[in-house]
Amino acid sequence: MSGTSILARTGRALAVLAMLAALAVVPAAAQQRGPDGAPEPDASAVKEQALLQEAPRIEGRIDIPDTRASVLIQPAGRGWDHFHEVTLHRVGAVVILGMVVILALAYFVVGRIRISAGRSGKKIARFSSWERFAHWLTAASFVVLGLTGLNITFGKIVLLPMMGPDAFSRFAQAAKVVHNFVSFAFVLGLLLIVSLWIKDNVPRPVDIDWIKQGGGFVKAKHAPSGRFNAGEKAVFWLALLGGAAVIVSGFLLLFPFYGTGIAAMQTAQVVHALVAVLFVALILAHIYIGTLGMEGAFEAMGTGEVDLNWAEEHHDLWLAEKLKQERHGQPTA
Amino acid sequence: MARMKFLCDADRCIDCNACVTACKNENEVPWGINRRRVVTIHDGEPGERSVSMACMHCTDAPCASVCPVSCIFPTDDGVVLHSKDLCIGCGYCFYACPFGAPQYPKVGNFGSRGKMDKCTFCAGGGGTEVSGSLEEYRKYGANRLAQGKLPLCAEMCSTKSLLAGDGEIIAEIYKERVLKRGYGSGAWGWMTAYHEGIAT
Repeated sequence: MSGTSILARTGRALAVLAMLAALAVVPAAAQQRGPDGAPEPDASAVKEQALLQEAPRIEGRIDIPDTRASVLIQPAGRGWDHFHEVTLHRVGAVVILGMVVILALAYFVVGRIRISAGRSGKKIARFSSWERFAHWLTAASFVVLGLTGLNITFGKIVLLPMMGPDAFSRFAQAAKVVHNFVSFAFVLGLLLIVSLWIKDNVPRPVDIDWIKQGGGFVKAKHAPSGRFNAGEKAVFWLALLGGAAVIVSGFLLLFPFYGTGIAAMQTAQVVHALVAVLFVALILAHIYIGTLGMEGAFEAMGTGEVDLNWAEEHHDLWLAEKLKQERHGQPTA
Repeated sequence: MARMKFLCDADRCIDCNACVTACKNENEVPWGINRRRVVTIHDGEPGERSVSMACMHCTDAPCASVCPVSCIFPTDDGVVLHSKDLCIGCGYCFYACPFGAPQYPKVGNFGSRGKMDKCTFCAGGGGTEVSGSLEEYRKYGANRLAQGKLPLCAEMCSTKSLLAGDGEIIAEIYKERVLKRGYGSGAWGWMTAYHEGIAT
């Protein structure tokens, strides 16, 4: 089952479709008529295979109010099953474990980025308490959402054998509820982050210099940067885009079948899962560079103050601006 | 060992919904849930067909495969059962099911669907309840299979359109019918459910 790739399946399906299309030269309606031209009541007019060639799902009329039940057969369910159990498992494992390996290599090969000039002992304010609240609200909810979300896909592989079915089921039930409700904290956090930081994340010419110099990672020298460098800006915009994608698809899943059919629900889950997996990998890198990967970085979000030398090395333009403002006696964030 | 399957001969189904009613009554199915339903294709047009559909008890059941808590499983008879004690009501089995079989007692906002309910082939439940016990009946419905009986929907089908039983036997019955009357619209859902159709 898992050996056959989607490509091979698609190829086979297309070949079969082409052959059947060639065979179906005689219009189906002509076969339903008797010699006198009247409709033939006995003829097997509607054939399942013919209907499935016309449309991906067979729908009809039902006598009950539940409109979802009018979809008689949707073979795409098996395709979605394959995505969830094969594709997503592989993509998720490769992307997330791959990022962990890359970060481990970065730590052991490149090592921790030190403050070259050492600590000055002087501090300068970088993030206000309001900014830190927005960051940590988003961060904490993201970690909770990430772990409870991964549990839906990988829990039965990793946790179920350890916990046993009863305990794991109780845990998964709680994780599902937590995932559904913590989502609102994430939405709020992301909105706050975007409204607070969007003006400092607009791309500027200096970002090109920063990228050309490899962000200071490659040549081990410090690239010019304003309040946020090009790497941080990339995280900001990716978080905004990825966040929007998981929020929209997540709310479709949270309120199932409101204006969506079975195909849209499947698509929403595919988008939600794939974007979430990439998002987790991105945030793993973000966590690494903000803690282990760089000396003096964590305190920016921890206490809100950074060492003067750290600021000089990583955000020289921002520091210059800030010092100028302070001389003019204007307190800024 | 038999491999239990359903087969709806759409050329015989008259959309009387007796199978739906029989199922609801026999299994005391919760309000709002229809384990079996009849869908009419090309309603009112020449050659319209009605198909009675419930859980097809698939080979490599996609619902069982996607279930995040692995609470759905096939029995030795090929009947796909689930445990309502383990179900977390995530709704994934409904997305994966090609036949729209899994249903939930509640609307489902904020993931509040409740425990999934679906056709059990009148074979009781997949939980820890004793086979044929009152607890099992209340949670999952009748266990007719344990009494040597087939699902009631098929047993009381007025035109014998709906067949339930060992896959090979019901396929043989259907093939004979098609041979005798000269036409057949196919074993609906078989290709999707069992990876094999019945040549007609």
